[in-house]
Amino acid sequence: MSLLDLLKTISAIMGMLTVLSVIVLSLTLLERKFIGRIQMRKGPNRVGPFGLLQPVADAIKLVAKEDILPTWVDKVIYWVSPLVVFIPTFMIWVTIPVARDVVIRNLDMGLFYIIAFSVLSIVGLISAGWASANKYAIIGGFRAAAQLISYEIPIILSVLAIAMLAGSLNLERIVDAQATKPYIFLQPLGAFLFLCGGLAELGRTPFDIHPAESEVVGGPFVEYSGAHWSVFFLAEYINTFAIAALTTLLFLGGWLFPGLPGNVTASGVLVFLTKTYLVVLVIFWFRGTYPRLRIDQLMSLGWKVLVPLGFINVVVTAVALKTELPEIILGLISFVILASTFWIISVRMRTAPKPEYTVRLYDPSLEGLNAR
Amino acid sequence: MGSTQESGTEGGVLTESLVVFLIISVVCVAGGLGVVFSRNVIHATFLLLVSLMGVAGIFLLLLAEFLALVQVLIYGGAITIVVLFVIMLTKSDEFESLVDNSQKPLAFLISIGLFVVMTVAAIAADNGNTVRASLKFSDLGHSLFTDWAIPFEVASLVLLVALIGAIVISKQGEEE
Amino acid sequence: MSIEELTVNYTAVVIAAIAGFGAMAIMFGASYILAPKRRSELKDMPYECGIPPSPYSWSQLHVRYYIFAILFLIFDIEAVFLFPWALIFVNAIDAVFYEMLIFIAILFFGLMYGWKKGVLQWR
Repeated sequence: MSLLDLLKTISAIMGMLTVLSVIVLSLTLLERKFIGRIQMRKGPNRVGPFGLLQPVADAIKLVAKEDILPTWVDKVIYWVSPLVVFIPTFMIWVTIPVARDVVIRNLDMGLFYIIAFSVLSIVGLISAGWASANKYAIIGGFRAAAQLISYEIPIILSVLAIAMLAGSLNLERIVDAQATKPYIFLQPLGAFLFLCGGLAELGRTPFDIHPAESEVVGGPFVEYSGAHWSVFFLAEYINTFAIAALTTLLFLGGWLFPGLPGNVTASGVLVFLTKTYLVVLVIFWFRGTYPRLRIDQLMSLGWKVLVPLGFINVVVTAVALKTELPEIILGLISFVILASTFWIISVRMRTAPKPEYTVRLYDPSLEGLNAR
Repeated sequence: MGSTQESGTEGGVLTESLVVFLIISVVCVAGGLGVVFSRNVIHATFLLLVSLMGVAGIFLLLLAEFLALVQVLIYGGAITIVVLFVIMLTKSDEFESLVDNSQKPLAFLISIGLFVVMTVAAIAADNGNTVRASLKFSDLGHSLFTDWAIPFEVASLVLLVALIGAIVISKQGEEE
Repeated sequence: MSIEELTVNYTAVVIAAIAGFGAMAIMFGASYILAPKRRSELKDMPYECGIPPSPYSWSQLHVRYYIFAILFLIFDIEAVFLFPWALIFVNAIDAVFYEMLIFIAILFFGLMYGWKKGVLQWR
């Protein structure tokens, strides 16, 4: 490898770092504006025109904020954990293509590489919770671990079905294989599993069990402040964009769009960004719409619905490929399984026995008898 | 860290990778020593993570890309998480007293014995074949599922036994 | 996969890791210079909704988390076997296809056993 190649790679990675920072800034503003609109508010509109400079102001504030080190923390792990969360999050972007040949290194095992490294950041969340020596933080850290490892399996299984269809783990080849049909038509079930698992990996509503403010006041991040807290924040938004980008690449045909040339970089990047930001908006829309799941509902959904569905998805796809079923039949079967799952869940939700609550009104005459 | 069949004598690429190998080995060994000498088990787990990632680097040097990524996924991710969980399952107040106990000389002897056996095995296995050859990913799959089909199926049974064992243990833990 | 390609690819990966670390180091450095540092005993107390925190001992994990970690590990290992299979089974002999179906069935049985035993239920 020549020195020139090395310099090229370094500058490309620096460029990616810059672009990702700008994307994170845009996402924070977009989220606040969009959620604001959903809730009939205006969102940030004071700093700069239409509040456009709000994220910049936030970034400066976060860096200039005091970084508190609580008394009982385990100092080394406390400082290292944000890095363990952030670095793998950043590393997976090495192989995510934005348009044809617009990627730092197109790894042949790109998809497997992304899965392997994204698992590492779970370790950072557990240790962040543990090192904080705070009851909320450690509960949050354990919850984060339980949730993230549970939803990693459906993601892996849905990605696997895509790898079967495309016959490759190379993200560029996977997009090329979708030239005539985006895989969402062949794999509606897989797309659902991926987005569901992705939302849970991000810890976003309706799966925000571990940072749940009203239960564990921010979970593993409760003791973090200033620059170290903003690392978690940064990682979350980069991950959000990564999940949206992967959904685009795996299910929505990446930079391909009917009528537009797939080889032209400018149009490719534009199509890719449009699709990705649309997926991001859907993710934000979930946040504006759904309430949070309870942790037992979350684990049940993960292990009793998504994991079995993931297996069914893999087996159905494998059988369809082996017996050379027409693709439309595969898409139909996948859709029927997805629809019937929704139907079964909705029936169960309507017919399941309602938990009985007893409401005790405050009775002043009992004061003193059961005063706590 | 075992034998890696590096010779460092063939052309430019190999000498470069010898340097990389030395760096990675230092990281691995330092991580491993840290695990042994760390007084805090969570710190030891993080050092173990460093050491395991170093092993992934060694697989990469041997051109086993898939194995390197498997090392990251299974050891770096899953095993580290399980180790963290298991540490946190035990009552941590007992850690300090557990670090030193009467088993130390025995453990020392066994480790030395293992080290000698592995070193001898590594030297004996060195048949002069120092050419690194990479295997195509599809060839790996073919040989795994045709030549090694029985061990592969046995692996699934081993996993099933582990699963059922974990279920039984956790049921017992809940009854108590 | 040639040695050169592998070297270039994973050099980029290592550089990305270093760049991520470097970016964080710059941010922490900037914060160290810019941020105020006024420590006080009260400020450094662990947060507990405003009341003084009760003494903390590194708390113990409930055993229910452990089973999910083991399940995760097992299905992760299964995924490792599935990936090479996914790319070759279409053109390979039929036995390869049925082997993996048996493999999946055995582990799926494990999952169902756990479900039946009630360990998948969060309590």
